[in-house]
Amino acid sequence: MQDAARLHATREAPMYRLREVSKQFVAHGRTISALNHVSMDIFPGEFLAVQGPTGQGKTTLLTLLGALDRPDTGEVLYQGRDLSKLSDEALTELRARDIGFVFQTFNLIATLNAQENVEAALVPLDIDARDREERASEALAAMGLSSRAQHLPMELSGGQQQRVAIARAIVKEPQVLLADEPTGNLDEETRAEILDVLMALWRERGITLVIVTHDSSVARQASRVVTIRNGMVFAKHDLTARS
Amino acid sequence: MFLTYLERELRRRSKQALVIAVGLGIGIGLVVTVSSASAGVKDAQTKVLHSLYGVGTDATVTQAPSASGFGPQQFGFGGPRPTPGGSFSSTHIRRVPDLVPLRQSRVSQIARLDDVNAATGSLSLTETSVSGTLPDFASGGAPVGAQASGGSGGFHVNVSSTSLVGVEPSSTGVGPLSPGNITKGHYFTTPDQNAHVAIVTTSYASQHNLKVGSTLSLNGTAFQIIGLASIPSSTTDVYLPLNQAQSLAGMSKQVTTIYVSVNSAANVAHVQSEIQKLLPKATVTTTANLAKEVTGSLASATQLVTDLGKWLAVTVLLVAFLIAALFMLTTVSRRVREFGTLKAIGWRTRRIVEQVVGEGLVQGLAGAVLGAILGIVGTEAVSAFAPTLTATVGPSFATSGASAFRTAGGFGGGFANRFANGASRPAGFAARFNNLSHTVLVHLGTSLQGGTLGIAIGLALLGGLLAGAVGSWRAARMRPAEALRQVG
Repeated sequence: MQDAARLHATREAPMYRLREVSKQFVAHGRTISALNHVSMDIFPGEFLAVQGPTGQGKTTLLTLLGALDRPDTGEVLYQGRDLSKLSDEALTELRARDIGFVFQTFNLIATLNAQENVEAALVPLDIDARDREERASEALAAMGLSSRAQHLPMELSGGQQQRVAIARAIVKEPQVLLADEPTGNLDEETRAEILDVLMALWRERGITLVIVTHDSSVARQASRVVTIRNGMVFAKHDLTARS
Repeated sequence: MFLTYLERELRRRSKQALVIAVGLGIGIGLVVTVSSASAGVKDAQTKVLHSLYGVGTDATVTQAPSASGFGPQQFGFGGPRPTPGGSFSSTHIRRVPDLVPLRQSRVSQIARLDDVNAATGSLSLTETSVSGTLPDFASGGAPVGAQASGGSGGFHVNVSSTSLVGVEPSSTGVGPLSPGNITKGHYFTTPDQNAHVAIVTTSYASQHNLKVGSTLSLNGTAFQIIGLASIPSSTTDVYLPLNQAQSLAGMSKQVTTIYVSVNSAANVAHVQSEIQKLLPKATVTTTANLAKEVTGSLASATQLVTDLGKWLAVTVLLVAFLIAALFMLTTVSRRVREFGTLKAIGWRTRRIVEQVVGEGLVQGLAGAVLGAILGIVGTEAVSAFAPTLTATVGPSFATSGASAFRTAGGFGGGFANRFANGASRPAGFAARFNNLSHTVLVHLGTSLQGGTLGIAIGLALLGGLLAGAVGSWRAARMRPAEALRQVG
């Protein structure tokens, strides 16, 4: 199945094409170069793991891929469109329809229950309330959380919260799922459980999956692994290249 | 989703929402209370001014005597001159000495001026009765002024005065008396102008044991009482048809005060100027002029409400707005992660702004309801516990020569001066005749108006909106990547 997805990916145009992308930040009066002339492609249906030490630009790469930010220089092309040239409204629309996010700290809305948290992802799509409810229920059921639909995040375990977050990310059927350390806050058993869920999504739905992770067990499952150091990307384990 | 999210969020930080609502509520409550007290003070002032001034009146026209003509009036006993040790008695009806008569035709001239709704004339008179016993100096009686009263062979004098005002029976909307003042009996009718009928104030009726149907003798003429009038703080005792008053005083076709109703408050100054052109020697007094002359605790209350009350309310409201805005700003700052996440999953900035503004508005609405309740309670409390205030129209007004109320105290002039020159006076006499200032008691009520409540609710919503706008401004400026980066 991995190979099928990978082969499928290689025959298509890249979903993302990054060219000479640089991004800097100013923190405490110092300019930090988070990404430094990064160029890389990400193909549809690919499972890319991004590794590297803390503070080397992994999350910055993810925010650029997720249309949450624009590069200082270079281009980030998503399906042929340069994200740096799109308006805020167009980027918002893109995030609403095409991109799903999973965060290390889950980032669920504390005042909304599991069902409502998942529904929140459908709010920007102007779907009517009943349809929204049905789709959210289905997404939660796919995560095995139907019985927890009315629970607030604080009433759920870490693993359950992350599964709600994944349900929220996939309920709109995005083209790409971006996960930032999705197993970072979980114990070993739950980590494996979440990894299984993500792998199943990648296999069964053909979704493009980009995971930033320190977890080598996650990276081992990926079709490609890249490492970021000092804002530069190094290919570590490229199945596509090997094939 | 909007309402669910809003309700859950406000419930989550219910203490903070409560503080914002209470802050706004206190501010709004103060605004309502101060506005109601202010309206109540204005009502009280209006009552005082009306009693001094006349119903529906925007301006009065009087004429003060020239300095040379303001000498003492002679007071004759009439009839045979009393002998020492003998008794005397005399009754006179005279116009109030410091009001110069005006031709009655001036009333219709003024009524024809632009912007004048109506005008009516009145004649202010005083009936004075003096009776007593002259001292018998030959038998050792005390000299005049040496003894107040009593004692064998002393100077006994009883003085009583009745304040009379002649009014035009056909003028009911403007003037010193209106049908609305009648508590028993009825108001004058047009045929009454030729009848010997009178309306007396309830206080005068009570003092003299009079009622509707009783007969009142004025200078030897019997007048039937057809009505009792209640005019708080009025100093007039008896109202007569103008014709009858003119006849009693021998002042045919003359009036002492002209009451003018103007079609709009904005035109009062213009009408005042036109009347002044028509009658250059006359004094035209408007409510604004008269209000400046009111002193005493009512004036202090007016000042207190206008200055301290208004600024206190404005300050509290501004502080409440500031607190609400700061709380909302803090809240939004604490929700950076939440809003960053929502932006990441595709929520438009406008949608997040609506959510924050909605939360602010709901808090404003809660503040409005609380403020309205506090305002009503505060208004009732002021009404229940407010002290009775005094309103004094001082000598400066009295000497201006434009006073309807002076018909009671204005007997003064030469008569008072004579007694002031060392002569003995009965108790209270001096106060009545020598002191031209006039003090009335007024209960400080409150007047809660729907408009005030509406404005207060609007202010609370504005406060909520302002707080929401400040918060949403912060939320709108948030870049999703930065928001998520702050999370770590």
